[in-house]
Amino acid sequence: MTDNKYLNDLSEIKDLMNRSSRFLSLSGMSGILAGVYALIGADIAYLLLKNKTVYIRMQSSGNAELVLKLMLIAITVALLAIITAYILTRKKAIKNKENMWDQTTKSMLVHFMIPLVTGGIFGLILLNHEHYGIMAPITLIFYGLALVNVSKLTLDTVKYLGISEIIVGLFSAIYVGYGLFFWAFGFGILHIVYGGIMYFKEKSTANTQSRQE
Amino acid sequence: MRFSIVSTSLNSSLSNKVKNIKNIIQHINKAFDHRVRLGIMSILMVNDTAEFTRLKELLGVTDGNLASHIKSLEKEGYIMIIKQFINNKPNTQYAVSKEGKIAFKKHLDALEKLIKS
Repeated sequence: MTDNKYLNDLSEIKDLMNRSSRFLSLSGMSGILAGVYALIGADIAYLLLKNKTVYIRMQSSGNAELVLKLMLIAITVALLAIITAYILTRKKAIKNKENMWDQTTKSMLVHFMIPLVTGGIFGLILLNHEHYGIMAPITLIFYGLALVNVSKLTLDTVKYLGISEIIVGLFSAIYVGYGLFFWAFGFGILHIVYGGIMYFKEKSTANTQSRQE
Repeated sequence: MRFSIVSTSLNSSLSNKVKNIKNIIQHINKAFDHRVRLGIMSILMVNDTAEFTRLKELLGVTDGNLASHIKSLEKEGYIMIIKQFINNKPNTQYAVSKEGKIAFKKHLDALEKLIKS
């Protein structure tokens, strides 16, 4: 009887520590969909680049239109992914009775945005200098750093996704010219894999919870 | 004769165990022996500061209930109240004190030992 009380105490402490400092309603499905969008975007970009001999080296000028098109694709993919993540995560947060907009999510946003915005501005500066070759490593590495930075405030899987993105980014810095391939792998395949892991973890915890009830 | 030996040895091992548990229970802190106070401490241990409304949200208690538990923890010197002005509006934050951190850790250790014993 008393043993039970103390056990309850401990589990309540753990629960409150988690709930007050971590946002756990991130949706795995939104990760999978973000990966799918990225693969479709990479496919369109590939078709755009296919007929160009400048595929490997876009250093020569006169490619402003092409660069603009590629940027448009990247921005569309990012926007779609963000909107999907927002909608699905909101749905899950309501289901879990977790607050979507509180101290934890606010500080999550700050922790996520600082490396990401730094990388974004850095990338734009490089674009301005026509260093197209290292755009893929820069975006992958800074995105990975942003994920690792935010991971202590949310699910642990996010940390492993971040570390993987950093590794892929570093590799793509070695193989300059294959940026699109690494981009598709980092933003497409990795999102699908880790989103899938999160999705199945959600399902298994949901099952054990319903069994307990 | 035999029976009595068995029973005394049983008795002594039992009383040892009771002594042991009593020893652990000494470390169970009465100040934390309530759901709400335990909750307040848990939240403040992992967050630098928390506002009143944030605590209320997480714990799901009424204003008056929360205020009285905060007051009792403050009396023990386990939490600090930080009053400040943000954009000319009064804002109250709560944080755990050094003593509170130590006391809560002891309490947690005692809880864990009790469950293991």
